[in-house]
Amino acid sequence: MKLTLKIWRQANASEKGALKTYELDGVSSDMSFLEMLDLLNEQLLHNDEEPIAFDSDCREGICGMCSLMINGEAHGPEVTTTCQLHMRSFKDGDTITIEPWRASSFPIVKDLIVDRSAFDRIIQNGGYISANTGSAPEANSVPAPRDKAQRAFNTATCIGCGACVAACPNGSASLFLGAKITHLGELPQGQPERYSRVQSMVGQHDAEGFGGCTNIGECAAACPKEIPLDVISQLNKDLRKSLILG
Amino acid sequence: MAAGTHYLPGLTPTNEASVQKSDDAAGYYVLGDKLVDPKTPTGPIADRWTTRKFENRLVNPANRRKLDVIIVGTGLAGGAAAATLGEAGYNVKSFCYQDSPRRAHSIAAQGGINASKNYKSDGDSDYRLFYDTVKGGDYRSRESNVYRLAEVSTNIIDQCVAQGVPFAREYGGLLDNRSFGGVQVSRTFYARGQTGQQLLLGAYQAMERQVAAGTVEQFTRHEMLDVIIVDDRARGIVARDMVTGEIETHLADAVVLATGGYGNVFYLSTNAMGSNVMAAWRAHRKGAYMANPCYTQIHPTCIPVTGAHQSKLTLMSESLRNDGRIWVPKKAEDCTKDPREIPEDDRDYFLERIYPAFGNLVPRDIASRAAKYMCDEGRGVGPEVDETQADGTVKKFRRGVYLDLGAAIERLGKDKIEEKYDNLLDMYERITGENPYEVPMRIYPAVHYVMGGLWVDYELQTSITGLFCTGEANFSDHGANRLGASALMQGLADGYFVLPNTITDYLADGPFDKIDESHPAVVEALEGVTSRVEKLMSINGERSVESIHKELGQIMWEYCGMDRREEGLKTAIGLIRELKKEFWTNVKVLGSADSLNQDLEKANRVADFIELGELMCIDALNRRESCGGHFRGESQTEEGEALRHDDEFSYVAAWEFGGEDGAPILHKEDLIYTAIEMKQRSYK
Repeated sequence: MKLTLKIWRQANASEKGALKTYELDGVSSDMSFLEMLDLLNEQLLHNDEEPIAFDSDCREGICGMCSLMINGEAHGPEVTTTCQLHMRSFKDGDTITIEPWRASSFPIVKDLIVDRSAFDRIIQNGGYISANTGSAPEANSVPAPRDKAQRAFNTATCIGCGACVAACPNGSASLFLGAKITHLGELPQGQPERYSRVQSMVGQHDAEGFGGCTNIGECAAACPKEIPLDVISQLNKDLRKSLILG
Repeated sequence: MAAGTHYLPGLTPTNEASVQKSDDAAGYYVLGDKLVDPKTPTGPIADRWTTRKFENRLVNPANRRKLDVIIVGTGLAGGAAAATLGEAGYNVKSFCYQDSPRRAHSIAAQGGINASKNYKSDGDSDYRLFYDTVKGGDYRSRESNVYRLAEVSTNIIDQCVAQGVPFAREYGGLLDNRSFGGVQVSRTFYARGQTGQQLLLGAYQAMERQVAAGTVEQFTRHEMLDVIIVDDRARGIVARDMVTGEIETHLADAVVLATGGYGNVFYLSTNAMGSNVMAAWRAHRKGAYMANPCYTQIHPTCIPVTGAHQSKLTLMSESLRNDGRIWVPKKAEDCTKDPREIPEDDRDYFLERIYPAFGNLVPRDIASRAAKYMCDEGRGVGPEVDETQADGTVKKFRRGVYLDLGAAIERLGKDKIEEKYDNLLDMYERITGENPYEVPMRIYPAVHYVMGGLWVDYELQTSITGLFCTGEANFSDHGANRLGASALMQGLADGYFVLPNTITDYLADGPFDKIDESHPAVVEALEGVTSRVEKLMSINGERSVESIHKELGQIMWEYCGMDRREEGLKTAIGLIRELKKEFWTNVKVLGSADSLNQDLEKANRVADFIELGELMCIDALNRRESCGGHFRGESQTEEGEALRHDDEFSYVAAWEFGGEDGAPILHKEDLIYTAIEMKQRSYK
């Protein structure tokens, strides 16, 4: 198929960017979206134009590196990561607009690549259970109820891609936060730090300039791992309780 | 008789060094001295690690903050080591090429992690895990290392649970586990099909905690381009800031490479796009030996290639072989038909036919090879892809075989299959656009893991003093083949429990003399990297890095893939040498070196893959035996089974860099087993 692509080009963080239009022929419906961009890049290189910079690594939907706004939707029209989106979701003659994540807390590095180090800093502020290597008790000495362990797993599947932030009109990272709070908060091992964790992580979230949550739900709709919206209720509940507990 | 034999009465361990009679690689290499001291402990095998931990010198807690350790890579092996050394109070600098340590490719491991907990009371023990691992590695691993791996496996599970890794649990709240990869005990712990992700997030979070504590400094989007050696010790690295393009030097008392495997030398593999060999290869060029580079694991159940645009391959969990029947049409003319219209009598269930005892559950390498032979015969299915032959002509092949869940759906019901494989089958449908509940799935083997890597001694130290290597990047624990669910085990064993206990003995001699950036060795390493980058930017030829990488991959897959033979390997070496010339005279990299430049990143990596590819072929050529994942066509039984030659090749091939135009130098480390008897496998 033949496509018209409007792609955000920006040389670096300080220069101004703009959408540039490219025509691309010979796209197969079996290609992944990123393989389609590989094809375009090969063509650009041939024409002495610098290829488009975009992030990807595992290309199997788990590392969270890929991050494209496709026709205004984070990761495009399907509920999946950009790397698992295939060209059979598009048709011959389509015009596709490709932009980087748009959120002030994720500054653009180049073209379609953004800086998501804010997520690392949120994790640094309590997104863990303190357990030095070697100090762990026997694994089965602390049973964890199966339903709670399953909920912990379901929320631990967050890949940290940032689609929730990109989709949110407020640029909030509440879904990302809520997923980690719920994952660690559902497990017995996570209890000792449960309330200090939520305060510390929310504090960093706000300091990074992410917006507040106003229950719009775009985040959960865009999440490729289908993290449910109720993790934000859990986040708020734990935060309120932590404030009462002081 | 040596110690350790009390585990198996009547055991006859091998204490004889092998003597190589064949010399297929004559002219391609130089024979060096034997490696005589891998610092392996002696005594009963179960006591060796405990003894060594006691013998090793420790570093006083007050002195630890004066010691700097660089760790390259943030997967299970690197992330776990950074967290653990940080907790102990060392100054750690951690590097990764991704935008966050959480994205390292350990994250993609699906199946699980082995540990000899014996929670099912089914007869598991450290010795049994050790035994299975050595046997699975076809008796080509170092027994002391493997026993240690088995021994610390239980600590890993404890550690991960304490960190909040959400393993699968039973209704009583205790940990569940399952049997995996053909072993007879249930010892594989798992977190649905995302075990690697959950373990990595555990290590990542532990590491980020240390970043907050100030013991670990993390450098993301940084790629190591060389190791700095001062007075015969590794003292730092040269790294490129991938955002600004700045080439930096970082100095330390010790350097750890936890940089993963090099499967992308085949271009197509299940590795991440960025996975590469550069850190290990740069170290190799500076004196670190590369061991058993030809040992590659090829996984039978991956989604087949659809065309020339293919950028990577995706693994489908092997567990599918429990319920799926693998077949191809009996007649080549049926290969383009809708498989549902091919009657039962016209289907060739080739694994069940050739291996009636194990059927579809034969080991990975046997299943892979059988699929290849079916497709070579012209009975493959799926899209046709072009393949360039040695004489330059292009032939068309269909590279796929059916994995049919039809019978299982009929027997167990669709619901049951859905429950078992839901995520997996969704992923298959997303990638192929075909519904596996209705149409037989198509699979084909793909490169998945490399057992070869930098040679390390028992302390995980390479042949460069002060340079350590952990995880998939080293060669030590899996021999010629790796068991399922053992990669995660080894990464975390090295990262949490082994390296932190061995590196102390080295660091006890530190802090070493202060050096700064003006030291001649540092300046030289920096200049070397800078001129290489300048050279890559200045060639300005006609070919993209991608196209050269693809060509390398085709050569490797064709001649150094599932079935390797003397003639083909020699052809491959010639082709790779030509390709190296082509690369350095005709590659095209646009943009600038002082900004984010993904083509430049790839060019650096592919340049090293080309050199590695040649060494892999030489190693495969020298090893005229079939063992584990390495199959030499000349060494098979009458039934077409892999045939080992313990009398000739019971050694680790550790290759020393022979200079820019020199031949590599082969050092052999004899594999002497004192606690296990060598046996030839049979799956007929």
